[in-house]
Amino acid sequence: MADPVLEARGLSKSFGALVANDAVTLDLRPGEIHAVIGPNGAGKSTLIAQLCGALRPDSGEVRLQGEDVTGLSVAQRARLGLARTFQVSALAMEDSVLENAVLGALGATGSPWRFWRAALSRPTLVAQAEAALDRVGLAEARHRRVADLSHGQRRQLEVAVALTLGPRAFVMDEPMAGLGSEGSADLTRLLDALRHEAPILLVEHDMDAVFALADRISVLVYGRVLMTGTVAEVRASAEVRAAYLGDAA
Amino acid sequence: MIGERVLSLGVLAVLGGVALLAAATDEPFTITLATRVAILALAAAGLNIALGLGGLVSFGHALFFGLGGYVMGILAFHAQTYTPLDLGLFEVAGTKSMPLIWLAAVAVSALVAIPVGLLALRTSGVYFIMITLAFAQMFYYFTISWSAYGGEDGLSIYVRNGFPGLNTLDPIQFFGLCFALLCVVLWLSARLARSPFGLALGAARQAPARAEAVGFDPMRLRLVAFIISGAIAGLAGALYADLNRFVSPAMFGWHLSGELIVLVILGGVARIIGPVVGAGLFVMLEHFLGQVTDFWQIWLGLILLVIVLYARGGIVGLVSPRRTGHG
Ligand SMILES: Nc1ncnc2c1ncn2[C@@H]1O[C@H](COP(=O)(O)OP(=O)(O)O)[C@@H](O)[C@H]1O
Ligand SMILES: [Mg+2]
Repeated sequence: MADPVLEARGLSKSFGALVANDAVTLDLRPGEIHAVIGPNGAGKSTLIAQLCGALRPDSGEVRLQGEDVTGLSVAQRARLGLARTFQVSALAMEDSVLENAVLGALGATGSPWRFWRAALSRPTLVAQAEAALDRVGLAEARHRRVADLSHGQRRQLEVAVALTLGPRAFVMDEPMAGLGSEGSADLTRLLDALRHEAPILLVEHDMDAVFALADRISVLVYGRVLMTGTVAEVRASAEVRAAYLGDAA
Repeated sequence: MIGERVLSLGVLAVLGGVALLAAATDEPFTITLATRVAILALAAAGLNIALGLGGLVSFGHALFFGLGGYVMGILAFHAQTYTPLDLGLFEVAGTKSMPLIWLAAVAVSALVAIPVGLLALRTSGVYFIMITLAFAQMFYYFTISWSAYGGEDGLSIYVRNGFPGLNTLDPIQFFGLCFALLCVVLWLSARLARSPFGLALGAARQAPARAEAVGFDPMRLRLVAFIISGAIAGLAGALYADLNRFVSPAMFGWHLSGELIVLVILGGVARIIGPVVGAGLFVMLEHFLGQVTDFWQIWLGLILLVIVLYARGGIVGLVSPRRTGHG
């Protein structure tokens, strides 16, 4: 089996008395979509924050391409090839769609220390940004201000910025949330193709999308990994059914 | 609605035109007012990089303004007394050359901005405001007790410093110098705002988590913005001291820091020409209302109130609303 691209090894994180993550171990392998599902408050976003470096784990470690990155900052991990999308969009609202995407392309170059030629008159950055916008279906909206976009379009832009980074691994926190059925279907198609460029750790509530996309699923309940398995295994598990899936399975 | 570029050129043309007209009709006092506008605008343009682009509400930019002033004062003092300036490790001669003084003012301000920025940027919001204020006050009280350079009374420079090929004692020529520096700095700020650095800095202000997620450290972006910002304010301080041929601890005072913020907000935060519009309005109010009443700042306060409540984009925002992004 190929070495995992991204690994959580025994990650634990408590907020006061609340154990948000309890020795979470999972990995992301080349070419796969690994979905993380679980009820609200299960600790999915907390897991992502630790993987990406926004939260320090109380114990355990994070490995990116075999290297221990537990002590590295968000920015350092991003430069090593970890691209994330946020559950609540984090975008430069006053800037245009294109500028946000160009920011990602600039991130991929590894250096913001260029003071002279305008960002928007750098052909390579703009081409990279426009290609990403095109893939998520935002090409038409590229000159609009992010503040004027619909919720769904902001979700698409989140994904586009991650694409511009050309990363080694994607970590996506509920990218489908609020997209509507057509938007979800489009994004499902995009992620399906994307896994071959870089594997995706996908936190998602939309079970249709998860079952359609996931190579493996980890079920998180009360901060603990209840099970990790294929779609069929997870759907068949009585435990998961009881804890989370209910009628959806 | 006027395009931003047209507005900017128009405002600069008015400022330059007023000074030229005053020179033609032999009204040196009006030239001095225009020079004051140019210099305050330059300082506010510096602040605008930290405050407007970086979102850093520095209430201590008088620190850099004062540093620039004292660099000028000290170098010129040693030149006019023919005494060397002892820097501990070595001695340097004083100088009356503006280019050298400007260089020193920019360098000293930028150097001081590094530790101040490193400390202040660990905080945000009201703490950032207070720390920047505290640094400026430290220098204020230090210079009050620094008797070698006049202490509380300040330091007078008898003859304005020189610039190769120009007669700086001629008001319009000195105005020309300040005006040229202002234009250059505004042009550089406009470039900076659109540059990759400006884009990243803007992202760090609007959505720091986003800047980090694409691999940038918001803190470093802000520090560099703070240093550039301080260096420009320092340059303005050196010019201001040359305009008055006088430096005093008041240049470090919180009044001045506050005024610079007011200029930026009046003109329009993050708008390239905003500082010039703000400084123009400020100096006009000070001059015309100041003749009528000692309490002219009440009117300034009212205008500021209206702008903060109803016109967040400042005066520039009213005339030339922002289009998409920086498009
Ligand atoms: N910064 C925080 N401080 C305190 N409690 C938190 C914090 N972040 C998350 N929590 C708590 O941790 C638990 C897991 O949250 P989260 O990871 O956001 O769950 P999920 O993303 O699966 O819905 C929740 O009970 C939440 O209230
Ligand atoms: Mg969540």
